Amino acid sequence: MRFVSLSAPSTARAALVTLASLVTALLICALIFTLAGQSPAEVYGTMLRGTLGDATGLGEVGRRTIPLLLIGAGLALAFRAQFFNIGAEGQLLLGAVFAAGTALFVPLPGPLLLPAVFVAGFVGGGLWALIAAALRRVNVNEILSTLMLNYVAVALVTYLIAGPWKGKDVRGYIYTDTFPASTYLPTLPGSQVHWPTLLLGVAVALGLQWVLSRSTFGYALRVVGENPGAARYAGLSSGRVALLVALITGGAAGLAGAGEVAGIHHRLLEAGQISLGYGFTAVIVAWLARGNPALCLITAPVMGIILAGGDILKIDLNLPFRVVDIFSGVILLCLIASEVFVRHRVQWGRA
Amino acid sequence: MTHSDLSGSASAAGAPPALRLRGITKRFPGVVANDSVDLTVHAGEVLALLGENGAGKSTLISILYGLYQPDEGAVELDGRAVRIGSPAQALRLGIGLVPQHPLLVSRHSVAENLALGGAGGLFPARRVAGRVRELSARYGLEVDPDSRVADLSPGEKQRVEIVRALLGGARVLILDEPTSVLTPQEADGLFRVMRELKADGRSLIFISHKLDEVLAVADRVTVLRRGKVVGGVPTLGATRESLAELMVGRSVDFTRKRAGGPGAEAGALLSVQDLSAQGSRGLPALRGVSFELRRGEVLGVAGIAGNGQSELVEVLAGLHEATGTVTLDGQPLSGDAAGRFRAGVAHIPEDRIHSGTVPTMTVAENLALRDFGRAPLARGLARDLGATDDRARREVEAYSVATPGIHTPTRLLSGGNIQKLILARELAGQPKLILAVHPTYGLDIGATDQVHRVLLDRTAQGAGVLLVSEDLDELLSLSDRVAVMVGGSLLGPFPADEVTRESLGLLMGGAHPHSLPGAAQGGVVA
Ligand SMILES: Nc1ncnc2c1ncn2[C@@H]1O[C@H](COP(=O)(O)OP(=O)(O)OP(=O)(O)O)[C@@H](O)[C@H]1O
Ligand SMILES: [Mg+2]
Repeated sequence: MRFVSLSAPSTARAALVTLASLVTALLICALIFTLAGQSPAEVYGTMLRGTLGDATGLGEVGRRTIPLLLIGAGLALAFRAQFFNIGAEGQLLLGAVFAAGTALFVPLPGPLLLPAVFVAGFVGGGLWALIAAALRRVNVNEILSTLMLNYVAVALVTYLIAGPWKGKDVRGYIYTDTFPASTYLPTLPGSQVHWPTLLLGVAVALGLQWVLSRSTFGYALRVVGENPGAARYAGLSSGRVALLVALITGGAAGLAGAGEVAGIHHRLLEAGQISLGYGFTAVIVAWLARGNPALCLITAPVMGIILAGGDILKIDLNLPFRVVDIFSGVILLCLIASEVFVRHRVQWGRA
Repeated sequence: MTHSDLSGSASAAGAPPALRLRGITKRFPGVVANDSVDLTVHAGEVLALLGENGAGKSTLISILYGLYQPDEGAVELDGRAVRIGSPAQALRLGIGLVPQHPLLVSRHSVAENLALGGAGGLFPARRVAGRVRELSARYGLEVDPDSRVADLSPGEKQRVEIVRALLGGARVLILDEPTSVLTPQEADGLFRVMRELKADGRSLIFISHKLDEVLAVADRVTVLRRGKVVGGVPTLGATRESLAELMVGRSVDFTRKRAGGPGAEAGALLSVQDLSAQGSRGLPALRGVSFELRRGEVLGVAGIAGNGQSELVEVLAGLHEATGTVTLDGQPLSGDAAGRFRAGVAHIPEDRIHSGTVPTMTVAENLALRDFGRAPLARGLARDLGATDDRARREVEAYSVATPGIHTPTRLLSGGNIQKLILARELAGQPKLILAVHPTYGLDIGATDQVHRVLLDRTAQGAGVLLVSEDLDELLSLSDRVAVMVGGSLLGPFPADEVTRESLGLLMGGAHPHSLPGAAQGGVVA
């Protein structure tokens, strides 16, 4: 078997390889379940029935799809600019913090408060990512800085809910007071799908796709991402592009954070309860979409199913490990390994 | 002289050729890059592969080197049919390629680089070092296995690539436009090496657009046109003119193209005063450079690479910090590259792949690189894709860029066509000052002629051209005045009819202008 490099890998090929790597990952996971003494058929059956089989399951999928879509679309854009944001988790938390601060402490009339909560979420997430973009100017790698800022964000949330913002009725768990009712987002009946945020996510995904392919900023972003030398030659400022990209990708994660607290929890609570690892899973969402924000409309629900399905497995089959992490890890590995198949054709047989 | 005089080995009459291609065909979407190509090379022979841009030369050697698989046809080595599935396999079969752009890891030493890419798997850098010295001494390659690749000149890197091929035991060595990155001196050195290799019974395939070089070093030429072999002749008895005619199918004029430049009365367009700048390694790259470029003038800048020409151009284009004053049309020239382009400074950069284009983006998108953000290509924040495409179609037509379509990524264009695209883009506005660095680098003679005419037309309209080239013939045939850069200082400019190849060569090597014959009358301003 040999790899023959392809000069012009087609979109269809990329899509096929992506799909194949997803299937491979599910097969590998099946093997892992077998080794753990579970029947893969039963595991996947339970997953599918539990997620797509009824309205409750669909609701759980939808709830998880919302933040994945928002964050994934922003990350897809950032990856195109070669800005490797691994810190969406932290940006989501900062978005939640800013949103909570606005909901709890800013005296705005009812109809204005909700928009303000989302704007604050965007600003919080965006600023958090901007720190990494600014550090990049002094040659700090953004993969490291965004990753580190995740831990700072978790600590900040813990400090706020245990300290200055601690709620009056706290027992056992720590969290803030509940928000004013005017900030509650409507949900689809019988679910936690806060549909206004879902619509916002769809708009963001489509909007960012437009930015990438049709706007002058998107053009500059692609030049900076695909050939920094040409960007310099044409007088495009890589630093300025990175700042704006950070603001957008961080802001999108911040919107997701605002949506989670305004749509589901109605208060700021512990980091692990606000985000179910959305920031990391969204990296896979963006990668599966191969840098196309609009394709996250497909890949976010796919990962939503896996996230929700994994949680169901934990309860229904009483699996001893976090199934979701296994899925995410294996899928990511398969995706990384699949890169070679996008750009190469395999030739069988000996020469 | 025939090949068989030169080696006593397999090339004796009756022995099969070292390499034979039969009916090689390779199709890409929209083009037939090679159309049943037949070709032979004997042991101890240098074959030159000639052809216009996009004729299919690089494709053919990519097939030979196992990078592409032919759709039809067969390859024979010493009379035996072989299949070449990958570069590693090509090396094992004894086919080596010296790529146009060296593929070395800068941070590592030469020996480490060579150990990495070994044909027979990995072998330690220390063992490699010995063999490198041996080969280097035998063929006069002057490669030091311990030096860092980052410190090497383009010519040295290329010799490392030759050593890599020889380490793998290459008997057929392919060189793709090897001289385009070399100074004339380095090119002469390369030709000496090629003659040594040939005397040793190896076969060489040599691609070049410079017909003088072909005549000097090759035994035979094979000419491709639109993917087909259209002829082959021994170089003995051939002339530049006859080869050119074979290539483009019509006669080509090689005489001095510049009739008379602007008179001394033409006003100054660009005025540069006391320009100083640091190079990338913190050393002075420009030391107090001053000169004037007149309206309608072509000012040639000669010099061995690394003497400050690149920095001079980068400073003028707004890509490099400097002290001193620069005025264009009486206005101070400052600001970033984008602003200067709008002020009328066009820049044909030295490195067309890494800075001139975005290889993954399409022809249309690359043509918009300079003004994608302004009307008519944009309305507010939105790009106008229709206008972008329309303009791309016009430019592709006007500069006869050979491409399957305007939505093809430029990565897939042949080298010469990428250069045409850059020219089309840079000259699209009406630039006042054209900074042209090796503008015909990699272009075939027809396209070179076209570029020269375009540049001269622009000067007729009042633009000034700062032409940086290592090709002295090009400089002398186009420039009104020629300056020489040595060690960051500018000598001259001298009127073009008062300097010769030889005197420029001496100045480039560091001779003092006053010591040159004719300097007294020449009005030398050092
Ligand atoms: N991978 C590819 N996919 C599609 N078309 C290609 C590809 N590689 C080359 N071509 C096309 O095939 C033709 C031959 O290209 P090739 O690079 O072999 O030309 P060349 O003779 O080396 O030209 P140059 O002198 O400009 O380097 C061109 O029209 C080119 O656009
Ligand atoms: Mg070529």
